[in-house]
Amino acid sequence: MMNRTAYVAILLLGAFSLLGCGKPGEKGSGAQAAKEVELLNASYDPTRELWRDVNEHFAPSYEKQSGTKISIKQSHGGSSTQARAVIDGLEADVVTLASYLDTDAISKKGLIKADWIDRLPNRSLPYTSTIVFVVRKGNPKGVKDWPDLIKPGVEVVTPNPKTSGNGYLSFFSAWGSVTERGGSRDDAIQYVTQLYKQVPVLDSGARGATTTFVQKKIGDVHLAWENEAHLEVEEAKGELDLIYPPISIRAEPHVAVVDGNVDRKNTRQAAEAYLKYLYTDEAQEIIAKHFYRPSSEAILKKHAAAFPDIKLFPITAIAKDFPDAHKQYIAEGGVFDAIYKPKK
Amino acid sequence: MAGVNRKILPGFSLSLGYTVFYLSVLVLVPIAACFVKAGSLSFAEFWGAVWTERSRAAYYLTFGTSFVAALVNVVLGSLIAWVLVRYSFPGKRLIDSLVDMPLALPTAVGGLVYSSLYVEKGWLGRFLVPLGIKAAYTRLGIVLVLIFVGLPFVVRTVQPVLEDFDAEAEEASSSLGATRWQTFRAVILPTLYPALITGFALAFARSVGEYGSVVFVSGNMPYKTEIAPILIVARLEEFAYGEATAIAVVLLVISLSLLVLINVLESWSRRYAG
Repeated sequence: MMNRTAYVAILLLGAFSLLGCGKPGEKGSGAQAAKEVELLNASYDPTRELWRDVNEHFAPSYEKQSGTKISIKQSHGGSSTQARAVIDGLEADVVTLASYLDTDAISKKGLIKADWIDRLPNRSLPYTSTIVFVVRKGNPKGVKDWPDLIKPGVEVVTPNPKTSGNGYLSFFSAWGSVTERGGSRDDAIQYVTQLYKQVPVLDSGARGATTTFVQKKIGDVHLAWENEAHLEVEEAKGELDLIYPPISIRAEPHVAVVDGNVDRKNTRQAAEAYLKYLYTDEAQEIIAKHFYRPSSEAILKKHAAAFPDIKLFPITAIAKDFPDAHKQYIAEGGVFDAIYKPKK
Repeated sequence: MAGVNRKILPGFSLSLGYTVFYLSVLVLVPIAACFVKAGSLSFAEFWGAVWTERSRAAYYLTFGTSFVAALVNVVLGSLIAWVLVRYSFPGKRLIDSLVDMPLALPTAVGGLVYSSLYVEKGWLGRFLVPLGIKAAYTRLGIVLVLIFVGLPFVVRTVQPVLEDFDAEAEEASSSLGATRWQTFRAVILPTLYPALITGFALAFARSVGEYGSVVFVSGNMPYKTEIAPILIVARLEEFAYGEATAIAVVLLVISLSLLVLINVLESWSRRYAG
């Protein structure tokens, strides 16, 4: 008994002395502590591989330049789920979300300064993307353009615009494909109404829709993110084909430093360097390799084979901006709701 | 009399304090937060969020499918419990542990598997769809996965009651000339009522809140296969926290009143059975 008490006492003493040693030690190496920094990048789902690749290249170059050791953690999820997480306190240093809508929502809560979009080159867009078609081998239904989607017998797979970024971008694309070619608002309403009648399933997210199309073999056309479409077709080993419609939306996944978090964590310098790195030729090459359209003209041209030159219309073609478009078309009471109103 | 401690077990205040604290942190505080958040809306906003044609269709679907699934579970679950208690056969322990599977498996996996099985080109779908039975992306599919997630609740509530059931009562009944069916109906079933009702309530409540499995099997078509929790997610996507919580509050209130009703039914049947 005595023995055990003594043993515990020694252990406790040991623990305390370790703690005691730890403190001055940390203080002593204060300069060094600053030489190690950790960043958290909150992003959306399909970018996992992209950021892993970017981080692997950025860390050594940043270390060489600044002498600071850096490690970057990634967090992935649905884009607006991630935005809500950051708003609710996820300590992300940078956000690289799928849409202006989500970055803007964080900014409106004061965590990102209002001028964020102009703080980095190309309106804070190191890359863009778009929505393209994936079809079954040989394109049996002959789908080449948006109007082909509403031909009788064609089934279209796209996620729910209400719960998915891929979903509302598909909707905006479909809408713009009419209005950008001179169609009226009524034409567009007619088109999307027919289009969504030919959507048998509204999955809640992009990956769910991919599963429905690829694994469950439902539908003739899958409206997918360009980068996801490339991977999908590659993995299907000849079972699927990629089709570029002549026109589609320009998707804008902005990047931003989360001011509220970096100032508190004292990581601003590293976070800014990280995002600026995305515009270097090295990073732009990595971005292109993962099938995102690099913002650098030269590098985009170099990979022209992977990125056919189709007309990409901006969101401003169909609305004031992304939040306005979402409000008009997708949100409660918008155009999308009207499509499904049961006929009386 | 007042000063005498009538409680036999010591530590009442301590254990009650613990219980209240624990329940508050885990259950009451989050629910209260829901109500407070929903309270930030004006009445018109609240009503506009929770009582649209579309949301009514979703409530109807959520509670309807949950009800049907729980009902099926009461029948299937008591049958399984009966088999597990009354018979012994090789592999019984395996089957017994299989019953808990739906609790352990992430329900999203359940939903994905069900929908892949029942789609036109799936293992079961290729036989069923030509017969006109479509389970994937229909209400039938929703009911099927809800039966799946709710199954353990009925089995596990009925099982112990059956185990404790006195065989002598059954023997007495048959020696008094009752048929097997009469014995079952007049002797066994009444003792099971409280457990069946509890099992029903648990399976039902579980189904109302189910999201993960349903989104994969339902297809989420507005007015047809869109459950209420999907609406909550859709509103969150618009960063409309208040409206989203408003729908949650409606679900909560309906569920709560149904549970209270079921509780009353249960205590009534307990008295009746006793």
